[in-house]
Amino acid sequence: MAEQRRKPSESSSLSESSASGAVHVDGLTKQYDDVVAVSDLDLHVEPGELLVLLGPSGCGKTTTLRSIAGLEHVTDGTIHFDDEDVTRQAPQRRDVAMVFQSYALYPHKTVRGNLQFPLRKTDISGTEATERVEEIAELLEMETHLDTRPAQLSGGQRQRVAVGRALVRQPHLLCMDEPLSNLDAKLRVETRSELRQLQQRLGITTIYVTHDQEEAMSIADRIAVMNDGRIEQVGTPEDVYERPANEFVASFVGDPPMNFCDPDDVQAAGIETPQSAAGSPDTIGIRPEYIYPTDSRGEPAAGDRVEVDRPSDPVVLTVELIEPVGRAYEIQLTGHGLDLVARLRTRPDDVTEGDSSEFVFDLDRLTTFNDAGEVV
Amino acid sequence: MSELRLENVRKEFGSETAVSELSLTADGDLLVLVGPSGCGKSTTLRMIAGLEQPTDGKIFIDGEDVTRRSPSGRSIAMVFQNYALYRTMNVRKNIGYGLKHSSALSKSERIEKVEEIAEMFGISELLDREVSALSGGQKQRVALGRALVRDPDVFLLDEPLSSLDAKLRSQMRTELQRIQQELGVTTIYVTHDQKEAMTMSDRLAVMNDGELQQIGSPEATYVRPENRFVASFLGSPAMNFLDIDVERRNGHTRYLLDSHELVRVSDDTQAIDRPIQLGIRPEDLTLLDDPDDGATTGTVRHVEYQGNDSFVRLEVNGRIVTCVVPASVRPRQGDSVGLNFPPDQIHLFDMDAGDAIRSPSVDASDTRIETGPSTTEGNETDSRGANR
Repeated sequence: MAEQRRKPSESSSLSESSASGAVHVDGLTKQYDDVVAVSDLDLHVEPGELLVLLGPSGCGKTTTLRSIAGLEHVTDGTIHFDDEDVTRQAPQRRDVAMVFQSYALYPHKTVRGNLQFPLRKTDISGTEATERVEEIAELLEMETHLDTRPAQLSGGQRQRVAVGRALVRQPHLLCMDEPLSNLDAKLRVETRSELRQLQQRLGITTIYVTHDQEEAMSIADRIAVMNDGRIEQVGTPEDVYERPANEFVASFVGDPPMNFCDPDDVQAAGIETPQSAAGSPDTIGIRPEYIYPTDSRGEPAAGDRVEVDRPSDPVVLTVELIEPVGRAYEIQLTGHGLDLVARLRTRPDDVTEGDSSEFVFDLDRLTTFNDAGEVV
Repeated sequence: MSELRLENVRKEFGSETAVSELSLTADGDLLVLVGPSGCGKSTTLRMIAGLEQPTDGKIFIDGEDVTRRSPSGRSIAMVFQNYALYRTMNVRKNIGYGLKHSSALSKSERIEKVEEIAEMFGISELLDREVSALSGGQKQRVALGRALVRDPDVFLLDEPLSSLDAKLRSQMRTELQRIQQELGVTTIYVTHDQKEAMTMSDRLAVMNDGELQQIGSPEATYVRPENRFVASFLGSPAMNFLDIDVERRNGHTRYLLDSHELVRVSDDTQAIDRPIQLGIRPEDLTLLDDPDDGATTGTVRHVEYQGNDSFVRLEVNGRIVTCVVPASVRPRQGDSVGLNFPPDQIHLFDMDAGDAIRSPSVDASDTRIETGPSTTEGNETDSRGANR
C-alpha cells in the first residue's frame, strides 16, 4: 500500500459520509506495447457508491483500477476525483487507499499499531489518532483485539484489519483488488457482507475488482461488467442479471449460467418464441431457474413464493443428470435438440435420471439475442 | 478397476499430526476429499502416491500392501493444479511420455493409445501443437490425458481445476466425471471447492484436523451431517446455529431461544439433558410477511441479491440468522418479518461434543438420498459408512 500524506480533515468522525468522493474516468486507454489492456473506457462512480469491476482474467479490470489509483500511467484519457484532474498525479497525492488480496499487515505490530501506522505521516496525532483508531476498531468489531498481533487473528479478522488500516485515513477513494480471494469459501461469504456493511456505514466511495460474479452481485451498488478491455454493461446487480445487455453479460453473470438455445429447437419443443420488430432472434436465453417440473395437475411446481408469470405448454425432456449442489439441485435435460440445465430449489418428486419428464418454461423470462449477441 | 484401501493411516510431521487413524476404501468410484486448508487432505493424497511415508498404518492396492513402495513402484497417476507439461514437446509427445517406460506396448500400440486418449479428451486436433500455443483448459486436458494414458490403478487429482475460470471449470468437471466413469478408474480427488466436491463425487469424505469426519454420498452428507463441523463446512451460506434450551411439556418438546419458542415437536422421544445447539440451513427457513402472534420475528439487516436467490440476514433476539429466499421475494432493510423453523428440517447438536443428535427426519425421498444419484452397487454409499 502506498503511504500518503493526507489533507487535513474538517471532520474527525469516521462514520460521517461526505458529499464528495466522485470518480470520473473518461476515454481511458491503457496500452502495453501493442497490447491494448483497456480501450476508451468511460466510468462514473457516485460519491459513497460501491462499484464492482467484474470480468474474466485479462479483461482489463485490474488495469483500470490501478490506473485510477495512479499505479499505472494511462496511455490516453482523463481521471477526475470530483472536479480535480488527477490523471498525471502521483499515487501518493491522490488520496486513494488500496486493499489487495494479501493483507500485508506488519506482523510485529499489534492491531492497534497496524491501524495507527497510516496516520504517522499525517497531522493526526496524539489523542486524536488514538480516538480514530479506536473508532475504526469498533466499526470493525475488533475493539477487543487491539493489542493482538496479526498471527493470532483469523484470516477474516486480518482482512478486516487491512481494510481498517486503509480506511483510518478517510481516503477519497477505496480501491480493492480481489480482497477476499485468500479466504476460504465460508469466510468469504461472511467477510463480504461485513465489508459491505462497513462501507455503507462509512459512505466511502469504493471500487472493487473481482472475477467472482456471486461476490459482485452480493456487495455492489452497481456492477461494470468488463470484457476485452471494454465495459459491456454498467448497472445494478438486478439490471445485469435480469436485463443483460448482451450474450457476454448474460453468460458471465449467473450460476449456473444462462442456457443459450437455437430458436428452431425451442420452437420444435413447442415453446412459443418471442418475436420482435427486429425480426426473429438468433439465440434464445433461458435462465436455469425459470425451468420448472410439472406437478400432478400439469402445473409448474415452482415451489414456495415463486410465481410463474406465463408458463409454456409442458415439454417432455429427458433427465440426464440430477446434481445436488447444496441448497439447490441442478438438472441436465435434453430433447428436441435442446441441452439445458435447470435449477430447482428442492429435489423434484417423481423425477429420476434417465427418465422423461414434463417441464414448463416461464415465457416472460426468455431473453432473445440478435446475431451480434445483443439483447433485442 | 482396482481397490484402494487405507488402514489406520497416520502421518506426523515432528510433533504435528497431519493425518490420524484414517481408514477408507475406494473401488472404481470417484471419492472426493474435502476440508479446509490444513485438514490433511493433500497429505493423504501424497501418502497414497508414495510421496510421503505414513508414520503408521497401511495402504493397499488390490489387496497388495504398497505402503513402503516408491511412487514409481505403484500404478498411480497424479495430476496437480499446475499442469507441469514439457514445454519443448508437442501435445502428442507429452501424452506419449507417460507410456515411454511401459515396455509392454509396441510402438504402434503406443501411438494408438495416445490417439485414443486424445479423442476421449477432445484434443485430437491439437496433437501436433506446441504446448505453449494451448489455452489453460487445453493444457489441463493434456495433463489429464498424459496421466490416464498409462491405465493407472489409481488416479489422484489435487485441485486440478482451480486455475481455470468458472465456466471452463464446470465444463472440465463434467468431462472428467464422464471419463472417470467410462474408464472406471479408482479416483481420489482433492478439492476445497464445495460445489466441485458435491457435483463430482460418488462419495464425499470430509476431513478436519487430520481426521475423517464423515463419508457418504454428497447429498446424504449435506442433508444429514453427523457433526457440527460437517454441518458448517458444507453449504453456502452456512448453516445457522443457535444455542437453545429444550423444554418438555405434555408430550411436546419445545426448543426455546431465550425462552421464546422457536419450534415445537411432538415426536421427539430422545432424552436431552445436556446443552444443545439448534442448526438450520438458510434455505430451510421460510420468511412470513404476516406472522401470527407468538411467531418468531426478526429485523432485516442486510440483503444480498444473487439473481436466482437472495441471502437475507436477519436479527433475531440479538442473533444474526441467514435465510435464503427466491429473488422474487424482496425484503427491505429494516423490515420486520416472521420466520418459520420447519420442525422436520431441524438439526440438533451436542454443544460440547458437536455430534448430531437429531437430523431432518427420514421420508420417502430419503431412500434416494441414501443411495445417492450415481453410485455403483457399493455397500457403503450411505452416510453410515463412516461409523463402521
